[in-house]
Amino acid sequence: MSEVLVLIDHAEGAVRKPTYELLTIARRLGEPSAVFIGPADQAAGAAESVKKYGAQKVYAIDDSEIKGYLVAPKAEALQQLAEKTSPAAVLVTSSFEGKEIAGRLAIKLGSGLITDAVDVAEDGTTTQSVFAGNYTVQAKVTKGTPIIAVKPNAAAPEEADGAGTVEEVAVTISDSAKKAQIVASQPRQATGRPELTEAAIVVAGGRGTGGDFTPVENLADALGGAVGASRAAVDSGWIPHTFQIGQTGKTVSPQLYVANGISGAIQHRAGMQTSKTIVAVNKDEEAPIFELVDFGVVGDLTTVLPAVTEEVNKRKG
Amino acid sequence: MNIVVCVKYVPDATADRRFESDNTVDRDGVDGLLSELDEYAVEQALQIKEKADSPDDVKVIALSVGPEKAVDAVRKALQMGADEGVLVTDEAVAGSDSVATSLVLAKAVEKIGSVDLVVCGMASTDGAMSVIPAMLAERLDLPQVTLASVIETQGDQVRIKRDGDVATEVIGGTLPLVLSVTDQSGEARYPSFKGIMAAKKKPLETYSLGDLGVDAGEVGLSVAWTEVTETNERPPRTAGEIVKDEDGSGATALVDFLASKKFI
Repeated sequence: MSEVLVLIDHAEGAVRKPTYELLTIARRLGEPSAVFIGPADQAAGAAESVKKYGAQKVYAIDDSEIKGYLVAPKAEALQQLAEKTSPAAVLVTSSFEGKEIAGRLAIKLGSGLITDAVDVAEDGTTTQSVFAGNYTVQAKVTKGTPIIAVKPNAAAPEEADGAGTVEEVAVTISDSAKKAQIVASQPRQATGRPELTEAAIVVAGGRGTGGDFTPVENLADALGGAVGASRAAVDSGWIPHTFQIGQTGKTVSPQLYVANGISGAIQHRAGMQTSKTIVAVNKDEEAPIFELVDFGVVGDLTTVLPAVTEEVNKRKG
Repeated sequence: MNIVVCVKYVPDATADRRFESDNTVDRDGVDGLLSELDEYAVEQALQIKEKADSPDDVKVIALSVGPEKAVDAVRKALQMGADEGVLVTDEAVAGSDSVATSLVLAKAVEKIGSVDLVVCGMASTDGAMSVIPAMLAERLDLPQVTLASVIETQGDQVRIKRDGDVATEVIGGTLPLVLSVTDQSGEARYPSFKGIMAAKKKPLETYSLGDLGVDAGEVGLSVAWTEVTETNERPPRTAGEIVKDEDGSGATALVDFLASKKFI
């Protein structure tokens, strides 16, 4: 069976959830071979994690010559590995970095690429949600080795026993690939809440919060969800950009999206319109967000949310 | 020094965007304009010129590839303050994927010549792939310094703040390079009346594929490396229940709804 390369998305060797989703999808297309680009002494630990989701092989690529430079070295490393293994497909997370790697790899391998896939079928046909979620598109790569960047939450991770055999791979990184230096890097502070793009429940706040996100955060905690924000809230300086949901922020597709004090402009909708269940609380009954909802409350979020949070906590027992 | 700003002409995101029967984006039936996210690229290019040691020696050239109407995007960039415009338009380009688009843009950059800096937006508002800047860097063999929310230039050094997926990074590179900027990089200026009038006299060159030495067989729908097999309009969501909050009734109704959906 043909192997499918899956680039492991990790932080300091700790494999992130989207990678397990990619491995699950990879199993539809062939035999998953995970690719670990990181410190050599972290490869074994990563292998232990990914083999539980079907990885038969784990290619370990030491990152000493890669980690200090933006994107280009990873693309070169993947190119060399793909040329060695002739995989049926290459899967990466559809993050900003993942897409840039995919773009460069496509040109290097002479292969087509698809980004922001929300599903991948056995025959390689991808599904994408486009035009602010108004259209669903099916597409296929028609040349070379399909390179597919897959969004988080595209599949439920399925455990499967894989051998997880680690194979060290030596790569040569050109001088050309080392010209954009990562001068400094500050990891995101852990919020203690689920990662926004991976969360099953998202509670978001907008202009209507007036700058106080406490009701939003408390409800998120009661529901075990992530906190998000509209662009208006971010532009007002109330919450960092990393929480922004929308065309120029993150796109989420959780089971439940609760929009509070968010009017629902198209740029915001682009980031959440495909959520399975949408709820909104807004003082303005004309707010466009209400056109999207499965349930809406016309009211003041500063009174409605705390009451909801209290009742949710009560029912949880 | 030449700064090339890549700008895309896209269907208005607030209009009814849709597909043609061949599954390409309908660029005729929907009003088009300069992609909002590319306005930030034009703005930063202009700021980099304004902050240069001798701004008069810096030329900002707006470049677009698209249908004839795409000239509107180039014109808007000229109105904002770009010095010259270049439009690559050729029937053969229609339906190109990102790979072919990047090829045409790269060849145009080479034709313009003496380009020290290529500036792009973070994504187009129609395709929204965010891959063109990386592909341009690959094709032009230039460093990619991308997704900048803050940009600093000093001589031939460029430093940016990049809000990456898991970390905030500072990226540095030496010109020539490819830079892309996000919507956090700073408000884009509105064209002034003076700018709009001045734009009419600015040089605007139009190229066909032949002018760039690109074979028609390398681009377009039929040779694309990906194929869109189907497009389906999402059925409109069935209208949900909206209740008015009265003395806590809203909260109770919402909790009941969440419970009915097994979220609690």
